[in-house]
Amino acid sequence: MTIGTVKNLRRGSQVAFLLVFLWLVLKTTFEVDFSPTDAPEIQLPYPVSIALQFDPLAALTSLLASGTLYKGMLWALVILIPTIFLGRFFCGWICPLGTLNHWMSEFKSERSSRKGKQRMLSNRYQPYQRIKYYVLFFVIGAAVLGSLQAGLFDPLPLLARSLGTGVLPTLHTLGRAVVAAADATGIVAIGTAADFVYQAIAAIALPFRQAHFHALVSIGLVFLLVMAANRFITRFWCRALCPLGALLGVFSRFAIFGLHKDDTACTGCNRCLLSCQGADNPDVGHRWRQSECHLCLNCQGACPEGALRFTFFPGREDTKGNPAGTPKVDITRRKLVGSLAAGVVAVPLLRTGDRHEVNRSPFVIRPPGSQAEDDFLGRCIRCGQCMRVCPNNALHPALLEAGLEGLWTPTLIAKIGYCEPTCTLCGQVCPTGAIGELTLPQKVGDDSTPPVRIGTAFFDRGRCLPWAMASPCIVCEEWCPTSPKAIYLEEAVVLDREGNEVTVQRPHVDPSLCTGCGACEYACPIHDRKAVYVTSVGESRSEENQILLERRAT
Amino acid sequence: MERREFLKRTGPAVALAAATGGTGLIFHNRDITRQRTIVTKTTSFEVAPDPALPRLTLARNEDPTNALRQALDAIGGIRRFVKPGERVTIKPNIGWDRTPAQGANTHPDLVAEMVRQCLDAGASDVIVTDVSCNDPRRCFLRSGIREAGERAGARVILPVEEDYLRVRIDGVVLPTWPVLKWFVETERLINMPVVKQHSLSRCTIAMKNYFGLLGGRRNQLHQEIDQSIVDLARFIGPTLTVVDATRVMVRNGPQGGSLDDVVIENTVMCATDQVAADARGAEFLGLQPDRVGHIVLADQSGLGTLDYRTAGYSDVSA
Repeated sequence: MTIGTVKNLRRGSQVAFLLVFLWLVLKTTFEVDFSPTDAPEIQLPYPVSIALQFDPLAALTSLLASGTLYKGMLWALVILIPTIFLGRFFCGWICPLGTLNHWMSEFKSERSSRKGKQRMLSNRYQPYQRIKYYVLFFVIGAAVLGSLQAGLFDPLPLLARSLGTGVLPTLHTLGRAVVAAADATGIVAIGTAADFVYQAIAAIALPFRQAHFHALVSIGLVFLLVMAANRFITRFWCRALCPLGALLGVFSRFAIFGLHKDDTACTGCNRCLLSCQGADNPDVGHRWRQSECHLCLNCQGACPEGALRFTFFPGREDTKGNPAGTPKVDITRRKLVGSLAAGVVAVPLLRTGDRHEVNRSPFVIRPPGSQAEDDFLGRCIRCGQCMRVCPNNALHPALLEAGLEGLWTPTLIAKIGYCEPTCTLCGQVCPTGAIGELTLPQKVGDDSTPPVRIGTAFFDRGRCLPWAMASPCIVCEEWCPTSPKAIYLEEAVVLDREGNEVTVQRPHVDPSLCTGCGACEYACPIHDRKAVYVTSVGESRSEENQILLERRAT
Repeated sequence: MERREFLKRTGPAVALAAATGGTGLIFHNRDITRQRTIVTKTTSFEVAPDPALPRLTLARNEDPTNALRQALDAIGGIRRFVKPGERVTIKPNIGWDRTPAQGANTHPDLVAEMVRQCLDAGASDVIVTDVSCNDPRRCFLRSGIREAGERAGARVILPVEEDYLRVRIDGVVLPTWPVLKWFVETERLINMPVVKQHSLSRCTIAMKNYFGLLGGRRNQLHQEIDQSIVDLARFIGPTLTVVDATRVMVRNGPQGGSLDDVVIENTVMCATDQVAADARGAEFLGLQPDRVGHIVLADQSGLGTLDYRTAGYSDVSA
């Protein structure tokens, strides 16, 4: 097989894995097959989070932080073990974010057409590439004390989150805006054409209805920065920041596959450097770095003399003109320990502030089935799959509401969408068990077990129509989905401004029945700031955050 | 500088200046109110009254489909209401993410039978739709109506944001409102409510079912619920009302959720008088119709007859 063929295989692999990843994100949505009439439980037809379960960094850090390897996370070994023998093939052949970075770097630009010394220099190994190891050991350090921060930087959750809660919803808005603008021209042909294109895109890539996400701009900006950096330095993210790449670099320490350089054949043309992705010094005369190489094979393809060859058991003879490949990671023990320590210390720093425990925001309402907060933060990789799949657009990435430690973790914003009582999709898609899987009877409860509660509703009597304005309204009670209803009505005769008697029904909450789903808050007609709202107290996942002392049946 | 040279060099700058100034002048001080298209419903859905026929029929039968057939035959049969080639929209109650047994939505078998009846009568297009409260994908699935309706040959449409028109309702409290277009752009409208308890309007049967025509912030309407209901009932003027009282939700309405909330009545009613249908339906809930605000108001507004026995009422239970 010629090197050209192998490079084409690599390209095919990149395209295939990117498409699979994209398809899985697109399928992380509530599309139902409408055949079963009395479908008791609605299941997604595909294991849409499978790609995230192949992620060795998520597996390692969630294992450290939570002490268990959840469900399909064992799949991560399929990536990790071959890496031990081969090196970072994942980065060059599989990683979907790596593929996007690859394209963004190589897509025709002023920089990529700028041949010569400057480009060669930028593709030579640089000290800034060590940063990713600092990031890696930082997130490992944090995980040791139970805080999973890897998800912020891990490329697979990063891409899933960016696509699901940033790019795709924005594309939806864009499409609708274009159709509206085309319609506004008043020219039928333009309007029809725009609508046709929109419908075609919608059928493939857009969910049933427009989603809106709380911290979308922050997620979108990070993604744009990652993409834009490629225009300045080839695969800057992969080279400098990616902790998953760093982890795979560490695991390639004993790889038996690598680059063999034949210094007798080399003429020093440096073409290998021009197309190098990882900045791992493929040229003769500099030490090749296994831990930086993505195995893209561009250097071998570029070499006109056949001096570069990827092979098992590459030669290790060290000559003066050609230092042999070193598998060592370029980070000193002192800095490694320093990064680990920084990660460890960051956890008490984040948790000694008031947001984590003593002054937790009442409005951080976690999805049904979530673990208790500490365990939740030890598992959530912020992939955004729960937010994307939620049929009611109820789950949103937090900005700082859950503290800096909880950046982009899911919270319920009932004003935008409430938790559908018979829906268990968020637990189905969570790859790490931050949101545990629930069956329908578990979620809604039955004779022997109470329902899963995520909070409790409260009335703002200064804004509620019957309480404050002598005006009838029972919408919260109408929407309350429990049977019997947690919201009950008290009939009261009140006086209006003219002194006329008006009979209204004032709503109350029975906290022993309320599950905190937020349907009342969603439906309340006082739209800007609701007269009924949910806070987290009473959530099943917490032993402390409770109101009621329950009396045992005697 | 020569004149020619001067003109050549100043020309583009002058032209750009003129274009810039002209653009400003053209758009200067235009009317800033955004024009909103308001649609008026022009088609009347109602059929001519027939004094020889009852205006409310009721049939009790273990098989809901048979109950519907009996009640429908007694009021003149489907061909009285749907003519060959006509487009029909059926509006069941598909409000909630509930199963048929829980009684929060119209029974799917009744919807399917109505679709078949309309197609038998030669309808060119039968649409089944509703503006659900919960996520429509769940409501249409769990109610069984999507499957039953499509199998019977209807187009079952889940509303999307683009499907609403701002429509002139001309009511006392509802001047204009976003209405799902399938309820306006049609020739016949068949209302297929289910009988349920409701804390504010006391009951949600035929006329209250029209809240499901609306998009927008319809939760505001509860402040003037009786008048809103009457405004909508007058606006729509249905071809036929088919009331599902096979399972009646007597408490925890309008969602229920427990089989304990439901009483089996195995009854279907057909009506050309929607007020009479509501009055008789309210009795399933133990209500006196003359104590139910919107039924009284509808009667007073001339929409129909609260005292359904005088309206022409026929119990055709086998």
